[in-house]
Parts: sequence; C-alpha cells; structure tokens
Amino acid sequence: MEPARRQAVVDVALEAGNVATSEAVSRGKVLQRLRLNDTIFRNLTFLAALGVLILLGGVIVALIEGSLPALRTFGLNFLIEERWNPVTEKFGAIAPMYGTLVTSFIAMLIAVPVGIMIAVFLTELCPLWLRRPIGIAIELLAGIPSIIYGIWGLFIFAPFLQQTLQPFLISTFGNVPVLSEVFAGPPYGIGVLTASLILAIMVLPFITSITRDVFESVPPVLKEAAYGVGCTTWEVVRFVVIPYTRVGIIGGVMLGLGRALGETMAVTFVIGNAHKVSASLLAPGTTISATIANEFTEAVGDLYTSSLIALGLILFVITFIVLAAARYMLLRLEKRVGG
Amino acid sequence: MNPLYGRRKLKNRIAMTLSLLATAFGAGWLVLILAVLLWEGFSGLSLQVFTEMTPPPGSDGGLLNAIVGSLMVTVIAVLIGTPIGILAGTYMAEYGRYAILTTIVRFINDILLSAPSIVVGLFIYEVMVAPMGHFSGIAGAVALAVLVIPVVVRTTEDMLLLVPNQLREAATALGMPRVNVIRHVCYRAAQAGMLTGVLLAVARISGETAPLLFTALNNQFWSTNLNAPMSSLPVVIFQFALSPYADWQKLAWTGALIITFTVLALSITARALVSSRKTS
Repeated sequence: MEPARRQAVVDVALEAGNVATSEAVSRGKVLQRLRLNDTIFRNLTFLAALGVLILLGGVIVALIEGSLPALRTFGLNFLIEERWNPVTEKFGAIAPMYGTLVTSFIAMLIAVPVGIMIAVFLTELCPLWLRRPIGIAIELLAGIPSIIYGIWGLFIFAPFLQQTLQPFLISTFGNVPVLSEVFAGPPYGIGVLTASLILAIMVLPFITSITRDVFESVPPVLKEAAYGVGCTTWEVVRFVVIPYTRVGIIGGVMLGLGRALGETMAVTFVIGNAHKVSASLLAPGTTISATIANEFTEAVGDLYTSSLIALGLILFVITFIVLAAARYMLLRLEKRVGG
Repeated sequence: MNPLYGRRKLKNRIAMTLSLLATAFGAGWLVLILAVLLWEGFSGLSLQVFTEMTPPPGSDGGLLNAIVGSLMVTVIAVLIGTPIGILAGTYMAEYGRYAILTTIVRFINDILLSAPSIVVGLFIYEVMVAPMGHFSGIAGAVALAVLVIPVVVRTTEDMLLLVPNQLREAATALGMPRVNVIRHVCYRAAQAGMLTGVLLAVARISGETAPLLFTALNNQFWSTNLNAPMSSLPVVIFQFALSPYADWQKLAWTGALIITFTVLALSITARALVSSRKTS
C-alpha cells in the first residue's frame, strides 16, 4: 500500500480504536463527524456536477440576453438580411452565416474522404510497428492550436494559392458556364476557398483519429470471416468495416463539422472579412466567428455589440445541434459495441 | 482465370493506392506547416524574446509581458477549473454513477468540450467584462477556466471508472466512510490519469486565442494586475501577424513556435504519464 493510503487506513483504524476505549457518546460523535464530512463532500460534488449544467444554461441565457436588443430591433429579418453597416446601424447575419456554412462544407468535402482513407491505411495497410507512432503523431497534431494554422495560412498558403491554384482555376473554368461564376474574380490569395482549405487541413487529423478509433472497434472476427471467404482488403473495408461503423463515422464527421463551424483563428486570418454573399469562392467573405473576432472589441454602440452577440448565439445554436447529433450517434455505436 | 478476379484485384489496388496517397497528402501538409513554423520561428528566437517587452513597431523587443501574462492567466484558469472539474467528475463516477443527472451532465459536458471557444469569450464578456466595465486578466482566466472544466470532468470520470471496485469494497469494509474511500483510495489509484486530464486541459487552453480577445484583451506594457487588461501570447501573435510591420510578424512566428512547443511538450508528457501507468 502507498504510504498516504496506509496513513489514511491507520487514521480510521485509530479513530475506531479511540472509539472502542472511550464512551459510546464519543463514538457517536466520531461517527457523526464522519457522516457530516461525507455529506459535505457528497453535496460539493453534486453541486459541481450541477455546475456543469448551469454553465451551459448560463452560456445560453447570457447570449440570449446579450442579443435581445438586436433581435428586438431587426426581428427575424436579422437572419435574412445581407447588409452589415455599423455607421447606419443596420445589421443582418446572412453573409457570415453563409460564409460559415460554405467554408465548413467545402472543408468537410475534402477532409472526410481523405480522413477516412487515412484511417483505412492506418487500420488495414500500415505495418504494425508504424501504427502507434503515426497514431500518436495524428493525435498530437490534432492538438496544435488553430492560431498556428491561421498564421501559416496567412503568410505561406495564401500567397502560394494566389500565384498557383487560383490563376489556374480562373483560367481553366473561365469559360465553363456555372463554374466561371464559382471561380470568378481576381486571385486575392485570401478568401473563402483559402479559408476552406485551411479548415480542411485543420480538421483532417481530428476526423482521422476518430475514424481510426471507430474502425478499430470492428470485431476482428467479422473481418477475418470476410477475408476467409476471399474478399480483398478494399472489399473488407467497403462491405464490412464501413457498414458496421457507419453511425460512428457519421458521428465523427459531425464532431469535425462542429469544430469547423466554430473555428475562429484559422479562418479569421485568411477569410478577408467582407460582409457580402458572393458566388465566387475566390472572393473574400466572412464567417460568424471571424466577424466576432475582428469586430467585437471595436464595436461601438449597443446595437452593434448586440448584433455580434446575436451572431454568436446563432453559431452556438448551430454547433449545439450538430454536436448533440454527433454525440448521440457515437453513443449509439458505443452501446452496440458494449452490448 | 475468371476476369472478375482481375477486376476486383485492380479495384483493390486502386483503393489501397488512394489510401496511401491520402496519408501522404495529410502528412505532407502537416509536415509542411511544422517545417515552416520551425524555420520562421527559430530564426527569430533569441534570449531577447524572453527578457524584453513587446516593442512598438520598428524597434527591437521580446515577448516577456505576453509570456508572463499567458502563464498567469493559464495558472489561474487551471486553479479555478480543476477543482470544479474534479468534483463534478467525482460525482459522476462515484456518488451518482447510476443517477440520471450523470447521464445528462455527461452529454452536456461532451458538448461543452467541443463548443466554439469564441462563444465562451462572448459569455464571459456578458457576465464579467460588461458588468465590471473594463477588460481584465481575471475575465480571461475565467473564460479559459470554462474550457478547462469539461476536459477535467471527462478525464476524471473516465479514470475513476477504471478504478477496480474491489478497492472501494475493501476500504469500505474497513469502515471508511465514502468520502475517505474516494479521497484516499480512488483518487490515489487514479491520480496519474487525473493529472493527465489537467495537462491536456492546459495544452488546450495555452493556444486559445478567441476567448481572450474580448476578455483579457491585450496590453503593450508590463502588467501583473489581474484587474486590468492583460497581454497573452496568442493574442499578441494574432495582433502582430496581422500587422504590416516585418519585425512584428517575425515576433509572431517566434511566439507561435513557443506555443506549439509548449502544447506538444504538455501532450507528450500527458501521454507518457498514461502509458507509464499502464505498464506498471
């Protein structure tokens, strides 16, 4: 036994010994003290657990209260207006909402297939001795602060895109009917596309690590049976692993989506902060979190501040729904694995 | 041979090549980012960075006030967040293991775990900065504490659930009240894991920028006053990187390097703690 634990056991034993030698009255006192300690501790832990709930409630209440002036002034129009004019104090959320959804969508479009394929590599192809190091590297990379991705995007990635990918896209799709709108305009470097690509790189380790965990939850017997009847590795993945873990993959993807939606720093650097809905992916745009990060400290006037908080409320509601759905799905998978 | 076999083999080869390419693609970006970070960061790294204040544009300086500010805010955030997180985790794993409240708290906690941090910043702005009337270091610390709590709750609960029930039963059989069983037996058995949780929480908050932007704000000067705006490394990086001045941008890279190293060191330590516990 470790010293401190032995000490504790001895303490209690001594207490018990004291009780035996003294009168019944003091025995009662000791027991009462112990019971009191227990009650206090129990209630403390209970309050702390309740505190977590209160925290979430507090966030919601504070955001609603903060956004009331804006919601009262603009009503539901706040959700459908594009204007964002601090001078005339007219605000609408559609541009940042559009930016948030589009950047996250493109990011997931890239990160999900790539992440799943990396997970396939890690669980099926990778030599055993390499799995652990690569797995640890992925988890470490998932923990790198997003501001690092942001600063890299601003100084390295955006100029690079400006000189290579963007001119290429413009010249290639310039005459194709729909795509010429999507890839229109001068190559700024910063813009919606750049932000989406950085988001994709950022959520990639995250999605990979969850998908790998989920893939590893497949019982080996199932895979062995499939290999036994002559399936190729790809067929095992396609017809056994992925169907078995479908719910878990979706859960993991939605967790990644929740992260991409709320991501601030990686996006703020490269999105351009322009309050307009533009069909072109090369044009600067904005997201909810980037707008808040860029403008909040400089916001003058209650209505401006309140509008920004209202944006935060919208973001919170969206991510809350996505995350809750993700957790629910992962929970379902856990239950099945457990049961 | 049946031509179907050839087609299946080809399909398999294509898929496996794609997965290899995906891995190279993913790893490539991340290596690229780290390489640039090391290259840019190390070229600006000097003793000066750790001994001088953030400079006005055009002159020499370091990041001392930002580093100290970050340390103070982080330490206070951990001091606030850890006890609450451990107590809540204790309730979920010990007293209320089968309570409905535990299921709800676990669900909510998981959502808080990945909630956008900028929203937390707004929340603290509403409940602390606005009533106080000014930005302050302590508000930044509380905002980070809100991010610490879910991480600690999660790991504490997980680690306590790993403690074998026999230990609890043995201690209870000796006549120990529940509180002593938890504090002297369960905590002791789970302490490495719980410490890991705290380290992971520190790793998480040490790079957080968004919640500090409008709580702790920033400060050009040396200040340890928690009631005043306080400088912090991530916010300084944000401000300097977006500035047009070359020497500020250089400092931003150096700061980014420092943060990345801190976070990686913390995560690796945390991981080592867990794996050493498993083997012993």
